[in-house]
Amino acid sequence: MHEEYTKSEFAAQTALTDKKNLGIIYVLCVCLSMSNTISKHAIKIENLTKRFEKVTAVDDLSLEIGWGELFGLLGPNGAGKTTVINILSTLLEPTNGVAAVADHDVVFGADEVRKIIGVCPQEPAFYQHLTGRENIELMGDLHEVPKDVLKDRVETMLKKIGLEDDADRRAGQYSGGMIRRVSTLMALISDPKVALLDEPTVAMDPVSRRAVWDFIRELKSNGKSIILTTHYMEEAEELCDRVGIIDQGKLIALGSPKELMEEHHAEDLEEVFIKLTGKKLREGF
Amino acid sequence: MALRRTLALVKKNMKMFTRQPAVLFLLLLFPIIVTATFGLAFGGMGQGGVTNFDIGLLNLDAVSTDPQWTNSFEGNLTELEGITVTYFDDNASGQSELLQGNMDAFIVIPEGFGDSCTSYWNSPFDGSSWINTTVELYVDSGSMIASSAIPPLIQQVVLKTMFGNDATTLDLPVDIGSPTLVEASYFTQWDFMAPGIFAFASIFMIMIVAQSLTEERDGGLLKRLGTTPLKSHEFMLSQVISYMLIAVVQVFLVFAASFLIGYRPATDAAGLGFAFAILLAFSLVNVGFGLIAATISKSAEIASGLSFIFIMPQMFFGTFMPLGGLTETISRFMPSNYVTEAITTLFLRGAPVTTLSIWSNLGIVLVSGLVLLLIGVVLFRRYSTR
Ligand SMILES: Nc1ncnc2c1ncn2[C@@H]1O[C@H](COP(=O)(O)OP(=O)(O)OP(=O)(O)O)[C@@H](O)[C@H]1O
Ligand SMILES: [Mg+2]
Repeated sequence: MHEEYTKSEFAAQTALTDKKNLGIIYVLCVCLSMSNTISKHAIKIENLTKRFEKVTAVDDLSLEIGWGELFGLLGPNGAGKTTVINILSTLLEPTNGVAAVADHDVVFGADEVRKIIGVCPQEPAFYQHLTGRENIELMGDLHEVPKDVLKDRVETMLKKIGLEDDADRRAGQYSGGMIRRVSTLMALISDPKVALLDEPTVAMDPVSRRAVWDFIRELKSNGKSIILTTHYMEEAEELCDRVGIIDQGKLIALGSPKELMEEHHAEDLEEVFIKLTGKKLREGF
Repeated sequence: MALRRTLALVKKNMKMFTRQPAVLFLLLLFPIIVTATFGLAFGGMGQGGVTNFDIGLLNLDAVSTDPQWTNSFEGNLTELEGITVTYFDDNASGQSELLQGNMDAFIVIPEGFGDSCTSYWNSPFDGSSWINTTVELYVDSGSMIASSAIPPLIQQVVLKTMFGNDATTLDLPVDIGSPTLVEASYFTQWDFMAPGIFAFASIFMIMIVAQSLTEERDGGLLKRLGTTPLKSHEFMLSQVISYMLIAVVQVFLVFAASFLIGYRPATDAAGLGFAFAILLAFSLVNVGFGLIAATISKSAEIASGLSFIFIMPQMFFGTFMPLGGLTETISRFMPSNYVTEAITTLFLRGAPVTTLSIWSNLGIVLVSGLVLLLIGVVLFRRYSTR
């Protein structure tokens, strides 16, 4: 995190020394603040309910997530996290209630929503017969990322996540963690305004995990908004501005990790989680 | 609409095809092997068979002073067993019926036929005083049985007309002109099968379409694509373009393979172009069936089995298998049959591309392709994606 900030600070300083740039920076700031005021919330969920035949996966959930916010969605297996992500990513329609991404309704403004979001599904979906690089580039093409930008971005991201040596092998031959990394890059290649990441760091080694954290922080520092589900409490504690804990589709706790720990007199987030859900954590994959 | 997205998916599909040996085999190698083996196996084989011929008759000697000769010719012809005679008023309509495969042969009695016969009987031994005429005989070269059986029959009729029942072989003033007949005698079984084989070669595309779509669906890829700005018509277009490209390569390879083993269809560049076009239209049918098979399949394995529901009937009732009776009725519902029919008309009967029937065949294939595609798209969208 610190590394990231010093980098941008450095960039800001060098830019400031050049007076000509001042005007541009001002305009950029105005634009940025305007774009943030146009849609107040990056994500707005109101009384959202999703019922499958027998189960109510999401039960009257309301939630607002702001721009530049990194939100952690926590909960035991089957709590409804993936269902929330799927509704936000336009794959499922709510049974009741509404959900909107950047003020676009996920049902009626689905096309608009799809332009904005980057989705990392819980089960990594990728083309086995394409290379890792081709898989990532395909997502960039679908989002119409300019060709030259795409090429550079893929290169940088692959390097950062430690895949540059394996990028041109068929993805079908990848190890579990390699697939996860490719899948995460597939979600982030379009530099999405809103990233919906369903357990993006499962099965990753610590180095790769940290690389993903860096990507996520970078998005955040650019004013993007991120929803992250995870079963790693230390990850949520380290990364997230706020977390929401859901159980059986209901929101049972909401606040910054710190607030929650204080409120529940817990040493760490894991303790809070166990206290609230009464279930022992298992890795969800 | 973003062409870039569609093209990116086409590129993806092409990579998937070329990187999977099994898929590549079914799409490209299999058609070549089928063509080559059938071509070599049946390239030297003739065929015997049943007799029941539709023969068209045009009498240009109607104003003759001696109508008895033509009358007796007609009488002797209709008397033959297993022959149905249809009368025509002009050459063009008869020729067109023949080209479209509605008749087995077409006979033109020339003007002066009666005079010719009379001139023979006036001086049977003075050849220089005969008035020579030619009865034109056109045989459907698309039917091997017809082209080998009809000429001798007509010869018989002519002899009977001139000499009565105890006709012997004599030097005659009446010849049977037989340009198409000479050509026909060189046909092998392969020539009759080839058009069906061309249609057959691309049928297995159904299986690849169904398999790869179910794979994409089960791998969660369709869902993943569904979270991007990709529109479903862009996705479908990419499918159609991909398989059309495959079809182009298929047709090219199959034609090239059959050319290499010595097959020379009785057509020109325009005819080849038309055959290309109708086979491309046929790939729409295959993609449509593939989509439908994918919709009703729970997994890729099931998809490959289920696609045979669409492959088998098309193969048996619409390609190189001989038809008759009930099977012929069933074949009316097989798009592949119209492909085979059109290519037969072009390649075997030697009809020009201006022939009406092949265009209506193309129309039928194209329309059924589009309809099946539409059904496939609707079903697939409803059951498989968002
Ligand atoms: N397509 C579906 N049809 C029927 N039930 C479903 C469907 N998808 C999810 N469910 C049910 O909804 C509930 C919530 O599932 P969901 O996948 O959202 O949980 P989750 O919080 O993501 O769990 P995990 O931590 O294991 O990933 C579960 O009971 C699940 O069985
Ligand atoms: Mg989940």
